[in-house]
Amino acid sequence: MYAQMVDTGAKRLRSLEELSPDEREFQARIDADIKIEPKDWMPEAYRKTLIRQISQHAHSEIVGMLPEGNWITRAPSLKRKAILMAKVQDEAGHGLYLYCAAETLGVSRDELVGDLHSGKSKYSSIFNYPTLTWADIGAIGWLVDGAAIMNQIPLCRCSFGPYSRAMIRVCKEESFHQRQGFDIMMTLCRGTATQKAMAQDALNRWWWPSLMMFGPPDASSVHSAQSAQWKIKMLSNDELRQRFVDQTVPQADYLGIAMPDAELKWNAERDHYDFGPIDWDELYQVVKGNGPCNRERLRARVDAWEDGAWVREAAMAHMEKHAARKAA
Amino acid sequence: MSHEWPLWEIFIRSQHGLAHKHVGSLHAPDAEMAVKNARDVYTRRNEGVSIWVVKSEDIVASSPGKKEPMFEPASSKVYRHPTFFPMPDEVKHI
Repeated sequence: MYAQMVDTGAKRLRSLEELSPDEREFQARIDADIKIEPKDWMPEAYRKTLIRQISQHAHSEIVGMLPEGNWITRAPSLKRKAILMAKVQDEAGHGLYLYCAAETLGVSRDELVGDLHSGKSKYSSIFNYPTLTWADIGAIGWLVDGAAIMNQIPLCRCSFGPYSRAMIRVCKEESFHQRQGFDIMMTLCRGTATQKAMAQDALNRWWWPSLMMFGPPDASSVHSAQSAQWKIKMLSNDELRQRFVDQTVPQADYLGIAMPDAELKWNAERDHYDFGPIDWDELYQVVKGNGPCNRERLRARVDAWEDGAWVREAAMAHMEKHAARKAA
Repeated sequence: MSHEWPLWEIFIRSQHGLAHKHVGSLHAPDAEMAVKNARDVYTRRNEGVSIWVVKSEDIVASSPGKKEPMFEPASSKVYRHPTFFPMPDEVKHI
């Protein structure tokens, strides 16, 4: 999802007997649905995995502002522009909630940002695709935010208190994002033939990358079992992906546009949609840094950080000057 | 030199006349900027009518390791709750 393929450091899941007394007590609390708070004892691997997962999630919110920010100055009306600005501002807010949740685990904001800029820390693969037309803004809200909600709602129940509380805030705000996207798609689909073709083209380009957001298939997802036991991953990649397909296909039907998948069809026996194979090599390439926009996105973040350095320093100098004056 | 902005804890009073409630934290160089940033980060949808900001380092917390000696004594004092005293059905307004 917003956090893909998070490394837990675990090669396999250990049985209860193999855990230390502290670890056993910790696991018992998680099993009893008691939230873990920052000052509580926790296994080092749990702490490290959460830092990876929450920071990756935060970076995704921040990098996610770039593809959409691309269209703020070119939104088709003042109303759409104001809405898009509000949406992008929300993403910044979500990033900030999440950075703060990660910081409760004893890592500094500068370290987190530094890890993004050095490439050590990842962000969601989806934001490495370009936004070529206005319809892409509709497709992102509808599909990408739709997929994000699918993942984030279960995370509201996750075991780590600060992460769970951040997810609750995010989810309250996120459905606006999905609806504004669907609203853009609806407007295009009810417009001229050219506008409808734009909507179809955006769906064609965003559909598969959206399905990849949920991460590799369960069979090749080595860290899922540990994350599930710690309750920092509530549903498996494939379960979430199937739910997303099931809820989204009827919405496309309503719009009168079609997923770019010849194998997509309702399976009454399974009570789910069947869909065609996903090009996993594409996902691994994008995660490795070889997607269409990886370099551009990271460059934009690093430039913003470096260009803003003097502002951060000036604000601190101002604070120190006033503090000194007060003390005198 | 690492010169990170300090961390602030943010408390917001919602519109319903309730007490200020902790909503999260943020970084800001000083108190004035912390209030401004808190407005943008935590009240984009009319969540509040008043904001408190407190430097995180100024908060003193009870120790999680001493949870039992701290809170255990209250659990045996069930008579502090009104439901401890059964009232006859015919007695009204009590």
